[in-house]
Amino acid sequence: MAIRIVGVDLPQNKRGEVGLTYIYGIGRNSAKKILETAGVDINIKVKDWTDDQASKIREIIGTGYKVEGDLRSEVQTNIKRLMDIGCYRGVRHRIGLPLRGQSTKNNARTRKGKKKTVANKKKATK
Amino acid sequence: MSRSLKKGPYIYLKLENKVLAMNESGKKTVIKTWARASMISPDFVGHTIAVHNGNKFIPVYVTENMVGHKLGEFSPTRNFRGHGGKKK
Repeated sequence: MAIRIVGVDLPQNKRGEVGLTYIYGIGRNSAKKILETAGVDINIKVKDWTDDQASKIREIIGTGYKVEGDLRSEVQTNIKRLMDIGCYRGVRHRIGLPLRGQSTKNNARTRKGKKKTVANKKKATK
Repeated sequence: MSRSLKKGPYIYLKLENKVLAMNESGKKTVIKTWARASMISPDFVGHTIAVHNGNKFIPVYVTENMVGHKLGEFSPTRNFRGHGGKKK
């Protein structure tokens, strides 16, 4: 019996603290806080949660946390806002380069994606 | 690191005064400015401000979404036209 929270299957064999981080928008820190307010020990594995505990956790996430789809769309609208007003960060988003002043002479591959090889210049022949 | 809240936002005083004066008189003219570091305050909305980019003044029409950003963010200082290409 897999436990589903906000549309995500939690891994059965992980501790509660880690299991919750499989939800987008919940990291170790907020997972700890959630379990604390729900009164569940962080070391109890996900499969050992009782139904009561699971529903309590579900309720806490539902009321106090922005996760998954909602969070993703919020991030997207924030980016879209930057692009629409045409500020520096928006422009960098548009052309797919780093936003925070990092060097782009080398590296920056996370933003730029895989290397695109540019053909060598032909050597001058006599 | 973000600016201390105690100080409040940095808004270039001369520019702010000019904008406020324009708001009062209801006139709308383009203001030239070099104050790229100045934050856009809610009073600026609807005005066009020509922000210097080191070479020339880029006219920036301020909308509501821009409040809280700085003027320089809208006036790029570098102009990258792309690499290489055929010379002929």
